[in-house]
Amino acid sequence: MVTNATNLSRSGLSDWLIQRFSAVILAAYSLCILGSLLMNPEMDYEQWRALFSGTGMRLFSLIALASLCAHAWIGMWTIGTDYLTERHLGSGATFIRLIYQAACVLLIAVYLLWGIEIFWSN
Amino acid sequence: MQEFEVEIPAGKDIMVLDVLALVKEQDPSVAYRRSCREGVCGSDGMNMNGTNGLACITPISEVGGPGSKLVLRPLPGLPVIRDLVVDMSIFYKQFEKVRPYLINDEPAPAIERLQSPEDRAKLDGLYECILCACCSTNCPSFWWNPDKFIGPAGLLQAYRFLADSRDTATNERLADLDDPFSVFRCRGIMNCVAVCPKGLNPTRAIGHIRSMLISQGT
Repeated sequence: MVTNATNLSRSGLSDWLIQRFSAVILAAYSLCILGSLLMNPEMDYEQWRALFSGTGMRLFSLIALASLCAHAWIGMWTIGTDYLTERHLGSGATFIRLIYQAACVLLIAVYLLWGIEIFWSN
Repeated sequence: MQEFEVEIPAGKDIMVLDVLALVKEQDPSVAYRRSCREGVCGSDGMNMNGTNGLACITPISEVGGPGSKLVLRPLPGLPVIRDLVVDMSIFYKQFEKVRPYLINDEPAPAIERLQSPEDRAKLDGLYECILCACCSTNCPSFWWNPDKFIGPAGLLQAYRFLADSRDTATNERLADLDDPFSVFRCRGIMNCVAVCPKGLNPTRAIGHIRSMLISQGT
C-alpha cells in the first residue's frame, strides 16, 4: 500500500470509479448540449439563455461542472505524480509538485465557483 | 554505443544470444546475463532494435536478419550496471511486495492442499511468468514510478495468488493494492502484452484485480 495525502479520495479504487463516472456524466452532458444545438440550429441568445434557466438543466449543469472538476483534479494529479518526481527533477521535485498541485486546486476551485455563479445567478 | 561487425554462419537463423557470443569472441569485456539459453530462466531480457525480448529465443530474422544493423540496449528504465546488465533490485522489490507465495493459516492436511481441475485451470496464463522484466521495463507507468507502481510482472503474480483457491489472504492482498499507484497507475496501453516472451497477458490480470477490488469495495 502506497500512502497518499493529495489524491482526491485517498483510495485508488474510488479515484478510478470517480474518473469513469464523471466521464460518463460529461459525455451525457456534451450530447445533451450538442443535441439541443442540432435540433435548433437557429438558436439565438434568448433561447440559449432559456435552455439553461430551467431547474433541471441547472442541476445537470452543476453535476457536469462538479464532474469536470473531479475529473480534472484526478487527471492533473496523475500527470503531476508521473512527471514532477525526483526521478525527473531532482531533489526539489516535491516542492515543485506541491506548488503545481496547489495551483491546480486553486484554478479548479475558481472555475467551480465561477461556474456555479454563472449557472445559478438570476 | 559500441559497434561490432559479426559474420553470421551462412544459411543459419541464429538467435540474438548467439550473435552476442560472437561479439564476445571479439571483445571478451562485453557484459550480458544469460543462463538456460532456451527462454526459461529469463536472464537475457534486453532491448533489441527497440523491442524488449529474450535474446536466446529471438532469431535474427525477427530483428532484421543477416546484413542488417542490430541495436542492442539494456532493458529500459532500470539503472545500468554495465553494458546490457541492469540493476533489477526495484523490480524484485515490487515482486516481493505482492507476497508471491501461498498464504493459508488453516491447518495443513496430511496430503497436499487439493484443487479441483477448474480451480487449477484459473492459474494458467499466470504461473508461467519467468520474471524476465521485459514487460515492466516496457511500461511507461513503471518508468515514471518504479518505486510505487507494482508493474505488470508483479501484478500478474499478485493475481496468480488472488486467483488461487488455496490462498486465504484475498482480502488482505486486495487491501494492500487499493491505492492510486500499485494497480491503478496501469493505463491499459498493453505494452506488456506486446513484449511478453511467454505470450502472457498482464493487462487482463490487472483487469481481474480491478474487478475484484470493485466487488470488494463497492
